[in-house]
Amino acid sequence: MKMRFFELAVGVFVLLGIGALFYLAVQVSNVTDYHDRDTYTVTGYFDNIGGLKTRAPVTVSGVRIGRVAEIRYDPDRFRAEVILAIRAEHDYLPQDTQAAIHTAGLLGEQYIALEPGGDFETLRDGDELMFTQSAVVLENLIGRFLTNMGND
Amino acid sequence: MIDAITGLGRSALNALEVFGRAFVFLLRVLASLDVVLRRFGLTLFQIYSVGVRSLLIIVVSGLFVGMVLGYQGYITLVNFGAAEALGGVVALSLVRELGPVVTALLFAGRAGSALTAELGLMKTTEQLSAMEMMAVNPYRRIFAPRFVAGFLSMPLLAAIFSAVGVMGGYLVGVGLLGVDSGAYFSQMQAVTDWNEDVLSGVIKSIVFGFVVTWIAVFQGFNAQPTSEGISRATTQTVVVSSLAVLGLDFILTGLMFGAG
Repeated sequence: MKMRFFELAVGVFVLLGIGALFYLAVQVSNVTDYHDRDTYTVTGYFDNIGGLKTRAPVTVSGVRIGRVAEIRYDPDRFRAEVILAIRAEHDYLPQDTQAAIHTAGLLGEQYIALEPGGDFETLRDGDELMFTQSAVVLENLIGRFLTNMGND
Repeated sequence: MIDAITGLGRSALNALEVFGRAFVFLLRVLASLDVVLRRFGLTLFQIYSVGVRSLLIIVVSGLFVGMVLGYQGYITLVNFGAAEALGGVVALSLVRELGPVVTALLFAGRAGSALTAELGLMKTTEQLSAMEMMAVNPYRRIFAPRFVAGFLSMPLLAAIFSAVGVMGGYLVGVGLLGVDSGAYFSQMQAVTDWNEDVLSGVIKSIVFGFVVTWIAVFQGFNAQPTSEGISRATTQTVVVSSLAVLGLDFILTGLMFGAG
């Protein structure tokens, strides 16, 4: 009888612990979100990616459809190679979709905004984005502003 | 002058000897781990006394640590107009650092000291020698189940601590200070990574569980068989394991997050 009580208590304890881990996985780190089951990847080459990081969101009109899977530097093209993993159900993006690196808020996290073009062909796995727009580097912007001020 | 150097040498040799004995002790415990599978009841009872009975203090501290984090994080973040980022701050600090470390410190105080005192008293009243007389191996009967119980309980307790802390932060942040509930969790999910943050926290708590239990059981085994010896061993357990946890945490944090 006494043994049964200990077994029950330990069982509840182990369940609680595993439940807590599960809670951390689902609610806190959202493990399901970026282990997107079905994704296809497209590559974009950027002159400057600013502070973009892997796992940053990829959006169309602000709706998140994927994540940045990988960031590399391509020594042949002298540009940053960004690989986007887009969820498979978003298979309607035209070939001439444009990618731009935007910043959420003034100092916030950077993300990739896709702007669909007008082509009838859609992007498929392994395709390359034709048009990219680099991140806005605040220092360059301020520098340009100051030189313009000097001209006036 | 010579005396001072001799004293230094003696204490260094003593420290080395204790460390060597602790290591041999650990190896002998590890060698008798098969008892855990053969007689699981022994381990089960130890998990009850080490893990289950630490639950209350872990849950209460987790809740309060989470609530305080919610408060302090909010006060700092609201100056930058970023109160919505509260969820991320609370979750990251809990999962990466506070969960494993505070749980290990509490665990050393709550369970480690109890283990040392129990084993020290067993040694003082010569129960361990009596067992050997009866051809019962104390490593298998006494030490191994306690060691495994502590080692298994720590990660579970740390996970519970972090989860309860996140809820505590939610209570204060969303319930009291009016942060948006959706933003709290979406910010949390945006910054917390399963592999990088949650799993590193779990690895930390496994390491801490191993070290704290090792120190506690060894201190009990190594205690002077007097009432003063038991009290000194119990104090040693709490002091040494707390310092070990804090030092190891620094090293592990450097290894895990330093490069990235």
